Amino acid sequence: MGIRLEKNWEILNSTSIEALPGQLGVYQIADKDGQIISVGYAGAKEPFGIRSALEREILLHGNVATQFRYEFTSNYRSRWDELLMLHIYDYGELPEHQRNESSRVGRLHPI
Amino acid sequence: MNFDLTDEQQMIVDTTRKFVESEIVPAEEDLDPDAGSLEPHDFERLVAKTKEMGFYGLDIPAEYGGPGLDTTTRALMAIEMSQHRAGLYNPCYGVFGGAGLAQLYEATDAQKERWLYPTLRGEKKGCFALTEPSGGSDPARAVQTKGYKDGTEWVLNGSKLYISGADKADYALLFARTSDDPGRNGVTAFIVDTDSPGFFVRRVVHTLRATHYATELQFEDLRVPEDQILGEVNGGFAIANDRLSRQRIPYAAGCIGPAIKAQAMSIEWAKSRETFGSVLAEKQAIQWMLVDNEIDIRHARYCVLEAAQKADKGLRFRTEAAMAKLVATEAAGRVVDRCIQIHGGIGVTKDLPLERWYRELRIRRVGEGPSEVQKLIMARDIIGGSFK
Repeated sequence: MGIRLEKNWEILNSTSIEALPGQLGVYQIADKDGQIISVGYAGAKEPFGIRSALEREILLHGNVATQFRYEFTSNYRSRWDELLMLHIYDYGELPEHQRNESSRVGRLHPI
Repeated sequence: MNFDLTDEQQMIVDTTRKFVESEIVPAEEDLDPDAGSLEPHDFERLVAKTKEMGFYGLDIPAEYGGPGLDTTTRALMAIEMSQHRAGLYNPCYGVFGGAGLAQLYEATDAQKERWLYPTLRGEKKGCFALTEPSGGSDPARAVQTKGYKDGTEWVLNGSKLYISGADKADYALLFARTSDDPGRNGVTAFIVDTDSPGFFVRRVVHTLRATHYATELQFEDLRVPEDQILGEVNGGFAIANDRLSRQRIPYAAGCIGPAIKAQAMSIEWAKSRETFGSVLAEKQAIQWMLVDNEIDIRHARYCVLEAAQKADKGLRFRTEAAMAKLVATEAAGRVVDRCIQIHGGIGVTKDLPLERWYRELRIRRVGEGPSEVQKLIMARDIIGGSFK
């Protein structure tokens, strides 16, 4: 199993979110060109898991966020950290609105 | 053995308990149930408090500026510091400070300047890289990372598995086989900066512990100057083994805290929750579970304190430490399991900390030497060393 989140992008809107189960997990949000603008997780504080987290992302980035992909996992904390590390490895820095996480995130050199 | 606390120990226990109840538990209330760190402003505020209390850098020896606690008092504090949701693997979220890798106190002066003192000042972090894909329970034989000498440098190739904190560490204490001896006399300890060419953190290893994940490391022609050897060439196993032995007492003590907290929660729940016309506390099935919990908790506490007191008196404590590790990790697991049963449905939700303790305690029976290895250690001491 690859460690990157390599599922196909889905259209981000209220209809697609409503179809998701309310499970815990991680996700990426991207603009129309596939540029990742947010790497997030849906934790146990979310009333409806990944649905609630994605609804909040629409409120935050709805003007540019058009796509999302996700993965259900109860290990959302360590998977989220892993995705943040991978993002730094692939792109050199975290998405702009997440740069305050940089000091907390470790280093990864995947094969 | 005298398990009565001295006045000073009682004061330290009371102060720590109050700190956990009034500062740590409220600060973690709004965090994700699997969070591994406080909000930065809370962390800084509480570090300032522990410094004021004179408890910062708990495990730093007195000669290096630490409070110089004995093992018994440290174990008593560990029991208190772990009585919150993240307490098992992150007691008080680290606001009492760390001591770094204990082995660095045996380092050369130059090594201390470069790695130990910056660690004590909170400027650097280290990780302990011993276990390999070939195994962790028998490290003397399992180490397959190879090192050979090239001029004034050593060149290391191999991998490590289940290494905590390597992705954020500035340096690693790394063990490699440096001779043809397949056992304990062929392993050397190296201090390696993690930004050295050839040092790679390849992946996160996801476990039952959703925070404080482990990592897999790989070394490809990693060049290490010979002055970065800790101790003697081929003398690394003694360094690793010393750490494994002395870690067992606080490791065991830290398991007792969540068990105590889970038991307190269950007693409260049993006294208030009604089923079939009476509260749970009036039902024998529940009473017996609570009694079994109490027996497990006290048994674990006695074992931990016995090991700690022997260590403080300078007596041999290897058997006692192994017994404490085995008893405390297994007893705490049973206690939390019963507490979940007493709570019913809510016990398995993330609304309560029980499910997190249940998952994380399962790791404690494996980490730092599984129960079976603790029995092996005790058997060697009881029967004698003839079958080593």
